[in-house]
Amino acid sequence: MTLSYAELFRALLPETALVLGALVVLGFDLATGRARTGAQRLRVATGLGLAALLAAAYGTLAAGVGGSVFGGVLILDNLTLATRLGVVVLAGLTLAMLPGVARLRHPAEYVAIVLLATSGFTLMAAAQQLLVIFLAIELASLSLYILAGFDKSKPESAEAGLKYFLFGGMSAAFLLFGFSLLYGMTGAIDLPHIAMQISLLGMSPLLVIALAMIITAFGFKAAAAPFHLWAPDVYQGAPVSASALIASASKLAGLVVFTRLLWPGLGFSAGRVMEWPIVVGWLPLVAVLALASMLLGNIGALAQSNVRRLLAYSAIAHAGALLLGVLAAGRAGPGPVFYYAATYGLATVGAFGVVAIVDRAGRCQDLGDLAGLFRRSPFLAGVLAIFVLSLAGIPPLAGFFGKFAVFASVLKAGSLNGPAGWLTFAAIALSAVALYYYLLILKQALVAKPAEGATPIATPLPAFLALLVSALLIVLLGLFPAPVLELFS
Amino acid sequence: MNALPFTLYVSFAGAVLALAAGARSAQAARIVALGTALTTFALALWAATDFVPAAGLQTLVNAEWIPQLGVRYHLAADGISMTLVVLTGLAAVVGVLFSWNIEHRTGEFFALYLALIGGVFGVFLSADGFVLFVFYEIAIVPKYFLIANWGSTNREYGAMKLVLYSFAGSALVMAGMIWAWAAAGGGNFGLAELAAAAGGFSRLEQLGMFALLFTGFAVLAGMFPFHTWAPTGHVAAPTAASMLLAGVVMKLGAYGCLRVAMVTFPAGLEYFAPVIAWLAIIGIVYAGLVALVQEDFKFVIGYSSVSHMGFVLLGLAAANPVAVSGAVLQMFSHGVIAGLLFAVVGRMVYERTHTRKLDDLRSMPLHRLLPFAAVAFVIAGLASMGMPGFSGFPAELTILIGTWKTSPLWALVAATGVLIAAAFTLRAIQVSFFGKTDGWAGPLGPPSSERPEAARPAVVPSPHAHDLTPITWPEKAGAILLIAAMVYVGLNPDSLLDWIRPALESPLMRAALTGGAS
Repeated sequence: MTLSYAELFRALLPETALVLGALVVLGFDLATGRARTGAQRLRVATGLGLAALLAAAYGTLAAGVGGSVFGGVLILDNLTLATRLGVVVLAGLTLAMLPGVARLRHPAEYVAIVLLATSGFTLMAAAQQLLVIFLAIELASLSLYILAGFDKSKPESAEAGLKYFLFGGMSAAFLLFGFSLLYGMTGAIDLPHIAMQISLLGMSPLLVIALAMIITAFGFKAAAAPFHLWAPDVYQGAPVSASALIASASKLAGLVVFTRLLWPGLGFSAGRVMEWPIVVGWLPLVAVLALASMLLGNIGALAQSNVRRLLAYSAIAHAGALLLGVLAAGRAGPGPVFYYAATYGLATVGAFGVVAIVDRAGRCQDLGDLAGLFRRSPFLAGVLAIFVLSLAGIPPLAGFFGKFAVFASVLKAGSLNGPAGWLTFAAIALSAVALYYYLLILKQALVAKPAEGATPIATPLPAFLALLVSALLIVLLGLFPAPVLELFS
Repeated sequence: MNALPFTLYVSFAGAVLALAAGARSAQAARIVALGTALTTFALALWAATDFVPAAGLQTLVNAEWIPQLGVRYHLAADGISMTLVVLTGLAAVVGVLFSWNIEHRTGEFFALYLALIGGVFGVFLSADGFVLFVFYEIAIVPKYFLIANWGSTNREYGAMKLVLYSFAGSALVMAGMIWAWAAAGGGNFGLAELAAAAGGFSRLEQLGMFALLFTGFAVLAGMFPFHTWAPTGHVAAPTAASMLLAGVVMKLGAYGCLRVAMVTFPAGLEYFAPVIAWLAIIGIVYAGLVALVQEDFKFVIGYSSVSHMGFVLLGLAAANPVAVSGAVLQMFSHGVIAGLLFAVVGRMVYERTHTRKLDDLRSMPLHRLLPFAAVAFVIAGLASMGMPGFSGFPAELTILIGTWKTSPLWALVAATGVLIAAAFTLRAIQVSFFGKTDGWAGPLGPPSSERPEAARPAVVPSPHAHDLTPITWPEKAGAILLIAAMVYVGLNPDSLLDWIRPALESPLMRAALTGGAS
């Protein structure tokens, strides 16, 4: 095994760009920030951050596709490429919605931490070895804990940060415990070797424990029931852009890293849910999480009167559908689940962006705070309709095709000969329930009259562009999903 | 023929234009909408001129769309699609004419309206299951906003109920469609290909898929007991939306039942036909009886729509070429008749008197105040009762004759529905337009000279009857168009049946429509 550091450097170009970018953002602010107002500092920091993201996107393309790198520590395949681009775009949209919208006392630090989180996401997309996986997840998570608690003027933000940190720390412990058991059993930390060893060892009680630990950690990260409890409070209390990042880029990267860990790494211990009878493995565990999340998310969302909590429950429901996609990824490939996660991220970033702008103009917590948005800002109402209808899965928006592709991939893999097929039917039924609460949002935004004294809302130019790009991407990807799926066929 | 796909492109483009025009002025949005609707209607008629009726679907566009799932953008038409596309074009034009007085958020109204129309055109022209489903769902969401924003009585409730019912139905369709696609190997969503593969499925699978697809579509067709969204939705909707709902959207459901569920799974149809037929008959009779006792004028029409759609479902369940051709004719006929009924009730009467209570209307001699509305309603009512000379007569007669071939009992019980329809329609005509005239004090109450203080409690001027403006030109034009269509088809039903019958001769249709022939 030859270890080429040049190769490693090339593979890590995006992370390098992001970390350097974070340092430049901090350094520039340190050098020139004293003379400027907070809004100016935020604009400069955002501009530098976007430049770093652009460099990361370029680095992703320059690193290209080339298989395992540095003795199997990283892998550069189409999934890595697509995921890195996806998280960079999602982080970029989140950043672009900051200037003129977010009230931050330390703008440069905020932007720098967003960049560091993004470098964690891009590393998650490429990781192929237990240590790197853990490192990447922790890099991303620690950044997100800080972002969630960033708004020191609000106790809710501190509560969100603490809650997210405690739950996340617990899940990291579970993950590490699971990994150590895997290493103990197989003597390897890179996924191809682990896969080989597991195929030889077969199922054992110890392996089941390791799998349960890993799935638990996965459940925490993905906000899947019954490990979802942090999500509503964090989404509600954290700065809006932090919630957006947690719900979008973080979810996409997490889903990809776990899909890679579960299928290529632990595929031999998957068990069976596509056909009867069920065979023990991680598939049945994931199937249970999927069902629980869809039930709890969709039914919980019905009772919400707070927009952000509603979006949190919607995220839990979507996590369930995404886990369905993970089940099918063994036979259908990661295409449907990637498409779903990426387009879900776009819609969520957009929806949170609208919430942030409305919040800036007054307050945006309760559904009623959106009332009459069509009068206060026709543009925001229009794009919000696109984001929410995409979340609800209405064609021709991307959310519809994501849902359809995931359901189709599960039914194609097992039809109704096993629990997975029936799970899909349950998911389809619950998607009809979901339309109700999404329409409640749109009813306020598009039908209800504005409250007394509600003023028109101006959208800052960068946020305007970011929302426009998100909405256009949702429409275009919905109309032409084939190029994205083509990457994985 | 090749003009047909442009009906839907023009509709969607018109929706965007109407939104843009609405930002300038309401009048601009109206003109854009009318222009768009007229263009689609003209395209449909133009396509009809060089349409050669033949067995089977004639492909219009067939391009690769999502190869990973085997989805092709495949549009095609046969005589059934052609009939319904012409109906949709007509309904689109008339709906715009009857929404001419929308002043509030006009651009958005017409944008949603045209998006709905585009979805409807798309469903009628799809030859690929995925494409059909996409257009089907596109047609659902605009209804919510049309009703919730511009509707009347209990509009938010009516809108939500209607959309959730529709969406629940479409979830069943989605489940059935994906299941069938997966069972066929997951390589092709074409309706013909699915039908070809369906013969190889196990019997249980065929029955299950048929039940999901048929029930899902039948929700939108207003099949008993899934019809309850229809009256509340129709009543809450603004005039143009209730015209479209009853006129074309309910047809989407019936069309899906025929084109997707029945053609793909003949075995399912054979097994479930008696259940469907009896549910249809219950719908005809029950909804008719309910219509008989309604106190709200619009509810009478709403329930009458459910009753008339029961005939469509009965014709489909009878599953022979005569009954099904009657069912398609009834789709057209009911589309035109229900459109006019809702136009008179919702636009001509309600927006002038501000009441739909039959008790209130009884006290106004509307036949003198709104003679045009009275004439239009009498004509629509006669057509709805099945008076010869109007389109309702050949349609329901053909259905009953066809049904008799399959089961005389069904036909006999359903025929009572015709009597009930006569009863509730005559009651509505009598009470609403020809109520008692004595004691009514004129639109402004009795002249002051004839109003002694003591007599005042005896003659109470109606609080509603103060702005009975004359019927406007768009209303007259719309009503005349609809009356012309129902008379033309009534006198010359072969104009449509000549399109419909060959479509039922295709091998797929033949395999499905064997009921009563054996």
